[in-house]
Amino acid sequence: MAANNFRHALFCAVVTLIISIPILGLNLEAKGINIILTGAKTSTYVAIVLAAVAVFVFQAYRDSIMGLLGKLPNFNPLADKEPMEQSKRVKLESWILTGIVVLALFWPFVVSRGSVDLATLVLIYVMLALGLNVVVGLAGLLDLGYVAFYAVGAYTFALLSQYTGISFWMALPIGALLAGLTGMILGFPVLRLRGDYLAIVTLGFGEIIRILLNNWTTLTGGPNGIGGIPEPTLFGMEFGRRVKEEGNTSFHETFGIAYSGEHKVIFLYLIALVLAVITALIIRRFMRMPVGRAWEALREDEIAARSLGLSRTAVKLSAFTIGAFFAGFAGTVFASKQGFISPESFVFLESAIILAIVVLGGMGSQLGVILAAIAVTILPELAREFSEYRMLIFGAAMVLMMVWRPQGLLPMRRIHITLNKQE
Amino acid sequence: MSMLVLEDVHTHYGKIEALHGVSVEVNKGEIVSLIGANGAGKTTLLMTVCGMPQASSGRVVLEGRDITHEPTSQIMRSGLAIVPEGRRIFSGLTVEENLHMGGFFNTKSEIRKSQAHVYELFPRLKEREHQRAGTMSGGEQQMLAIGRALMSRPNMIILDEPSLGLAPLVIKQIFEIIGHLREEGITVFLVEQNAHQALHLADRGYVLETGKIRLHDTGKNLLENPDVQNAYLGG
Repeated sequence: MAANNFRHALFCAVVTLIISIPILGLNLEAKGINIILTGAKTSTYVAIVLAAVAVFVFQAYRDSIMGLLGKLPNFNPLADKEPMEQSKRVKLESWILTGIVVLALFWPFVVSRGSVDLATLVLIYVMLALGLNVVVGLAGLLDLGYVAFYAVGAYTFALLSQYTGISFWMALPIGALLAGLTGMILGFPVLRLRGDYLAIVTLGFGEIIRILLNNWTTLTGGPNGIGGIPEPTLFGMEFGRRVKEEGNTSFHETFGIAYSGEHKVIFLYLIALVLAVITALIIRRFMRMPVGRAWEALREDEIAARSLGLSRTAVKLSAFTIGAFFAGFAGTVFASKQGFISPESFVFLESAIILAIVVLGGMGSQLGVILAAIAVTILPELAREFSEYRMLIFGAAMVLMMVWRPQGLLPMRRIHITLNKQE
Repeated sequence: MSMLVLEDVHTHYGKIEALHGVSVEVNKGEIVSLIGANGAGKTTLLMTVCGMPQASSGRVVLEGRDITHEPTSQIMRSGLAIVPEGRRIFSGLTVEENLHMGGFFNTKSEIRKSQAHVYELFPRLKEREHQRAGTMSGGEQQMLAIGRALMSRPNMIILDEPSLGLAPLVIKQIFEIIGHLREEGITVFLVEQNAHQALHLADRGYVLETGKIRLHDTGKNLLENPDVQNAYLGG
C-alpha cells in the first residue's frame, strides 16, 4: 500500500474525530439559568473512536474495497444481456408500462388510505420527472430551478380559486399553460447558455419565484400560504360530506352509498394517475416526432445541429416550454391534494430531488424515470422507522446507485426509426 | 453566374476585428479553395457566411439573395450545407440517424432518395448503417459528415478542413469525393491547411492572411506562385 494512501486515510480519520467529538461528545445542559458543558458517556467516545478507525480502514484499503464492489454481480439482470431487438424491446416496454398502469388502477382499492395518499404523491413526482426528463434527459439542458414551474402551477390554481372561485378542472389547463409560458419566458435569457452557466441561472430563477411568493404577502399570503383550495369534482359531484358549492351534488348521495373519506382520496389518486399516463403518452409521442430528434441533436452537438438549419431558439424554447407545462400540471394536482400550499413546498431541495429521479432513472428513459420516481418517493417512507437516519440512508442509497450504475436504472435506449421502403 | 459573393466583409468577435474587408466570389459549379495559416481567419470567414457571427459590415450574397442579416437557421435551409471543422457528427446516434438529421427539413421520400445516393457515394457508410457514429474511424466519420451535409440536397457545400487528422490514404479518398461533387453540379467552397491538395483540385483559390485576402488566382497559378510555394507548400 502506498504511503500516500496511508496519509490520506490518517487525515480522513482525524477529520472524523475533529467533526464528531464536538458534535456528539459535548453536551450543553441547562442548570438553572446557567448552561454548562458536560462530556458524553464513555460509550459515545468509544463509538466515535470506532467510527474513526472504520473510516481509516476504509480509506486505507479503499482501492481494493471498491475493486471488490466492482466484482459484485450486477443486480440488474438486464445489464449483461445483449440489447434486445428493437421491435421486441418496444413491445416489452409498452407491456410493462401497461402492466404498471393496470396495477395502479386497482391499487387504491386494496391498500390503506395512507398508501393511496403516498401513491398520489408518487404520481405527482412521476409527472414532474417526466417533464424534467424532456429538458435534462432529451435536450440536455441542466435545469436546477424546475420547481419554479411546479410552483407556478400550484399557485395559479390556489390564487384563482381564492379570488375567482375557479374549479380544479378549469384551473388545470390554465395552470399548465401559465407554467409553460413561464418556461418560455425563462427560456429567452438562457438561450445562449449551456451546462454550468445554465444551471446557475435556472437555480437563480427557481429562487426568485420562491422568494417572490414568500414576500408578496398582499397577493400570496407570504409564508402563511394559501388554504382552502377546492378538491376536484366529478361532473359536479363533490366528495365532501356536505356540498360546499351551490348547484353541486355530493358523490355519496348521488350513488346512494355511505359517506367515506376514502372516496376523495381515491378519486384524487385516479385523477393523478390519468394525468400521469397522459403526460407519459404525450411526451412519448414528442420523442418520436421531429422535435424530439431535434432535442437530441442539440444535446449531442449544438454547432452541428445549427449547421443543419435547426433553430436553436425554437428547439430550446420548445423543450423548456413543454417541460414546464407538465410541471404546471403536477403543481395543480399537488395544490388540490394538499388543500394548502406555501412557498415552503417549493424549495431548492424539490428541484434537486426531481433531478435526482431523472438521473437515477437514466436520462431520457421514460420507464427508468417512472421506476426511479417510485423508488425515490417511497424509500424515505419505508425508512421512516430509522427516523433521523432516513435521509442518511437515502443519501447512501443514491451514492451506491451512482457507483454501480452511473447510467441510471434503465438507461435510455433510443428508438430507431426506419423509413419504409417504397416501390 | 455567382453562387456566393462576399463583398468587403468585416467580422468582429466583440471588439476585435477578425476579418478586415474580405471579398470572395464563388461561381456556380466551381471548386474554390481558401488557404491560409492558423489564425488567418479561414473558419471565421466560413462562419460569417453561416451567420454566426454575422458580418458587422459588408454584404454576403447567396444565389442573388442578401443573407448578411439572416439568422443561421434560415441560411442553412436555403440550399447551403456545411461540413464543420472537426466533423461534429452526432456520435450517440447511428449512421443512418445522422443522415436523417441532415435531411431534417425534407420529406420522407426525399430523405430516402438522398440516403440511397449517399450510400452510393460512400459504400462504407452503408456497411455501418446501424453502428453508432462515434465508434467509427476518423475517415469514416468524415465521410458521414459529408454525407450528412449532402442529405439536404444542397446547391453549394462548404467544407472546413476535411483532411484534418486523417491518414494520407483517407485524405486522397476524401478529395476524390470532393472532385466527384463538382461533377454532380454542386458548388464547393473548400477551406484547407493542406494547401497542395486543395489547390490541385480547385478551379480557383484564395489566400487569406491575417483577415485579408492576399492573393487570388486559378488553382494552377497559385500552385506555381513562388510566394505561395514558400509559405504554404513547404518550399
